[in-house]
Amino acid sequence: MKETIRIGCGAGFSGDRLEPAVILAQRGQLDYLVLECLAERTIALAQKRKRQNPALGYDPLLERRIDLLLPHLIANNVRLITNMGAANPLAAGQKIIEIAQRLTIPVTVAVVTGDDVFAQLTGNESALETGNPLSASGMLISANAYLGTDAILPALATGANIVITGRVADPSLFVAPLVHEFGWSLDDADLIGQGTVIGHLLECAGQLTGGYFADPAGPKAIPDMAHLGHPFADVSANGRAVFGKVAGTGGRLSVATAKEQLLYEVMDPSRYITPDVVADFTQVSLEEVGPDQVQATGGRGTTRPNTLKVSVGYDGGYIGEGEISYAGANALDRAQLAGTIIQERLQDRFSDLRIDYIGSTSVHRTNFGHNPAPYEIRLRVAGRTTPAQLAALVGEEVEALYTNGPAGGGGARKYVHEVVGIVSTLIDRHQLTPHVTVLQS
Amino acid sequence: MTIKLYDIAHSRAGDKGNTLTLSLIPYNADDYELLKMQVTAEVVKQHLSAIVAGEITRYELPNLPALQFVCQQALTGGVTTSLTMDTHGKSLSYALLEMQLTV
Repeated sequence: MKETIRIGCGAGFSGDRLEPAVILAQRGQLDYLVLECLAERTIALAQKRKRQNPALGYDPLLERRIDLLLPHLIANNVRLITNMGAANPLAAGQKIIEIAQRLTIPVTVAVVTGDDVFAQLTGNESALETGNPLSASGMLISANAYLGTDAILPALATGANIVITGRVADPSLFVAPLVHEFGWSLDDADLIGQGTVIGHLLECAGQLTGGYFADPAGPKAIPDMAHLGHPFADVSANGRAVFGKVAGTGGRLSVATAKEQLLYEVMDPSRYITPDVVADFTQVSLEEVGPDQVQATGGRGTTRPNTLKVSVGYDGGYIGEGEISYAGANALDRAQLAGTIIQERLQDRFSDLRIDYIGSTSVHRTNFGHNPAPYEIRLRVAGRTTPAQLAALVGEEVEALYTNGPAGGGGARKYVHEVVGIVSTLIDRHQLTPHVTVLQS
Repeated sequence: MTIKLYDIAHSRAGDKGNTLTLSLIPYNADDYELLKMQVTAEVVKQHLSAIVAGEITRYELPNLPALQFVCQQALTGGVTTSLTMDTHGKSLSYALLEMQLTV
């Protein structure tokens, strides 16, 4: 058994940059590379693509990522674990085999399925967010349970070069190889809690290495952002982890960057619930042990929950948007006149209509009393409704401000996009039967 | 003397459905007590009244040290159906840091 296992995180979301993962696979001396590519809504959108074409429904960047990574993974004996299977892990596995055959690289892929529980739901289950039945939100289109480490372990046991999953809890992508390598007991809640701290720190990739931390002023200045490196952790059998990044990459790993990531998206820090454990982050100690090296210890936990969270997608209709700019004297007043006109024209047909002034109050929904007259301002109107044609009216009305006034409006743009809403519910973990399929090139 | 939270602390926003999470981390650990005293859940609720409709719960993490604010009904419905520009509420860390403290 190795004394330490090195796990890198090459992607923190579906649209993440490709290059940092390649650098990790090439020069990171990794044992495992993880690519975390699924947000709550991503999988519901993927289910829609699968419905249109049963061979799709996996991550849209899967082919590009695998094409770039596969030669390095095999040459350097790095195992890949990723949730890029999204709504269709089997098709993703087959696509990887296809790529491996084209590159004439022998590869084994283990596919984890069993997270899709759509057929098991009636729609009468209550939504965690509202307390109402799931079906009250709209027509249901997908339901995926968050699988945990126990579902990934059999895939690792096959010895496959690549493990591909659908919906699993993000930290479990990292906990699974630790349990597999060190033989940790899934019942050792403190070890699994520490493993979850490690996974949570890594899962957003560049958010740990100073990327989303950076502010050019003062203490948050980060060097060489254009070449931001993604992180890895060297983990010992006792759970101690030292985080680092590949020498020569940009960014910074410090106690401050680690603190921000530790608390990211955390509700109660003493009860961070995953399928593996209820982790306690309150006793975590972070210490700089070298340049761009941070040690994390002290994660704890209590027994894993009996229920798993299920992300349920529903048809949320359409959002229509329109934008137009005003600049120079009285720009904000002219934009506000335009907003009032649109409001009067649309308010009877939209229950959900929003008017924003970009450059003033559009992002924070207030400006905390900062009211200097802006030189330019962009009016933005958005409305959500069921028929696509009605949603399009929002952009049409904004565009029509060209000739119908007020004066000097320019650069109108209009958009319509389909909305997939997300609600959650819980399912008894014993109702799930995760399965592993092995594919070879 | 009045200072901005921005001058002594940093923050990252996160989202879970319609709930916004905001960390508040002092650059200098010595300022943790000041933050604990002055940046209460009630004060944050008042400061973010244009943004957060629901309850705000504050968690204390003296070990880091840091504070964590969990704000209910803060994202106009949540990332998937919200009509706002920043549907995740990612920019709202800097809304918290606009708060003024008297020291």
